[in-house]
Amino acid sequence: MAYKIKASDCTVCGACEAECPNEAISFKKGTYVIDASKCTECQGSFDAPQCAAVCPADCCVPA
Amino acid sequence: MNVISLDSILGVGELKSQPAPAASGCTTSSCGSSDGPSDMAPEVWEKVKNHPCYSEEAHHYYARMHVAVAPACNIQCNYCNRKYDCANESRPGVVSEKLTAEQAVRKVLAVAAEIPQLSVVGIAGPGDSLAAGAKNTIETFEQLSRLAPDIKLCLSTNGLALPDYVDRIKDLNIDHVTITINMVDPEVGQHIYPWIFHDHKRWTGIEASKILHERQMLGLEMLRDAGILAKINSVMIPGINDEHLMDVNREVKARGAFLHNIMPLISDAAHGTHFGLTGQRGPTAQELKALQDKCEGDMKLMRHCRQCRADAVGLLGEDRGEEFTAEKVMQMDIDIDGGGFTKRETYREHVEAERAQRHQSKAAAIAEVAHIAGEKPILIAVATKGGERINEHFGHAKEFQIYEVDARGAKFVGHRRVDLYCEGGSGDEDGLETIIQAINDCVAVLVAKIGGCPSKSLEAAGIEPVDRFAFEYIEESALAYYAAYTERLGTGAVREKIGADAVIRQGAYTARRA
Ligand code: SF4
Ligand code: SF4
Ligand code: SF4
Repeated sequence: MAYKIKASDCTVCGACEAECPNEAISFKKGTYVIDASKCTECQGSFDAPQCAAVCPADCCVPA
Repeated sequence: MNVISLDSILGVGELKSQPAPAASGCTTSSCGSSDGPSDMAPEVWEKVKNHPCYSEEAHHYYARMHVAVAPACNIQCNYCNRKYDCANESRPGVVSEKLTAEQAVRKVLAVAAEIPQLSVVGIAGPGDSLAAGAKNTIETFEQLSRLAPDIKLCLSTNGLALPDYVDRIKDLNIDHVTITINMVDPEVGQHIYPWIFHDHKRWTGIEASKILHERQMLGLEMLRDAGILAKINSVMIPGINDEHLMDVNREVKARGAFLHNIMPLISDAAHGTHFGLTGQRGPTAQELKALQDKCEGDMKLMRHCRQCRADAVGLLGEDRGEEFTAEKVMQMDIDIDGGGFTKRETYREHVEAERAQRHQSKAAAIAEVAHIAGEKPILIAVATKGGERINEHFGHAKEFQIYEVDARGAKFVGHRRVDLYCEGGSGDEDGLETIIQAINDCVAVLVAKIGGCPSKSLEAAGIEPVDRFAFEYIEESALAYYAAYTERLGTGAVREKIGADAVIRQGAYTARRA
């Protein structure tokens, strides 16, 4: 039950980091990564995973 | 370090005799239809007179810089490929250097100390300046308004998040905002925007465009009520929103936008955008101009937009970004107290004095041609590096400025980017071909100097090379040329040029300064 970021497609824009309700997304070694232990797939907060909904490169996907 | 000296910009030292100032009564293009106090509320003029993007006249004298601190975006546009760069405000396919707020502030102070022409700092992406909580944008502006308060701040946005930030924008003393509005009808919008992210949801189709449209209109009205100037950018997409942009023009005008900038779509399969991949074409120069002419009524149309990169630095039409990369800026010795403030003050005073004189000499030149009213306007191309003078060598021009000239005056109507013709002295024939294509609708090209070879080819293409106005003022020279031209038309010495169109050079939008 977590999302991940396909690093090869990520444009490092940071949009997902700003939207995540759980602060599960952070910038590490040149790209954004999701901490699977913090990610709830946004359940309980929003109807849809926020990172996937905002990501312009469509690279936030179920792990 | 390469400094633009005041002399080189103003042409001082290269000055020939000044045209005598004439009586008052300002009817010239620069303070008539295109710019200047007479067609603008004084408080608006105060705000835009030193802004190179907002005032056509100022773009000859003042420089801007964009700091690329906002990579995130909350919508998708079919003319943008997010894997590279924003097609909106920067040339697609070129990855800008993304800056932190701190790096950005350092860079602004470094540029401000070096380039006294700097009057404006903007944030135009590369994504949306207000996406991702506008965090970097706000941080950057907060620091700048403290450290260099004489420099104006502006930002560009797609408008989706705008209503949430108008108060903050007002607090930060940002007096100009640009909104990109490509439609006022969601039916049209759905062909431009595949999705938006709003209210924690991704919206698609017509619903997405409906929300975007409503937010854009609300944001625009809120800016007007807050007394913040709003300029509208529109991307002209033939077959999709070209005719529709007249409705856009009407709607934004009704909501108080003060300037409309219609830009050509940049689309090339190599950029990997949706439009590029589906073969959507951009408009020709004449199509663009025809639409701009139709929209030009009581609202000003912007014709000097360069579709700058999100990290451009310098006068419009040049880009000195490479002299100020984050790496170089980190090594520079920077005066953190707004370095170079006095130099900027002196420069501004200089320009003020120069301008007052200019308005008068333009009026005099117009009076000279008044007797030929009724003739058709002609287009001429000009090689200039600023200061409203013909002061560029044909072979060194990276762009030509286009003026439409008739008895009412010489009006700036656009610029045409070209590849550098003269690289290191020897002319390059293919380059010349692209230049001719870019200015093929002009009857003449006014230059400071030109070689024999290109002259012949230009003449063969029906474009007269003219160097007799070298280092003189553009508008006055254009009018003098026009008077002589119409006389020659009358005697049959030249024939009228009809049906010529020009090519907009795709991807050539931002020439890096050599
Ligand atoms: S799915 Fe939701 S919780 Fe998980 S990383 Fe994305 S935004 Fe954060
Ligand atoms: S929103 Fe997408 S492209 Fe942007 S940083 Fe997150 S994963 Fe990367
Ligand atoms: S607003 Fe700019 S960055 Fe965002 S998708 Fe459109 S063109 Fe690209």
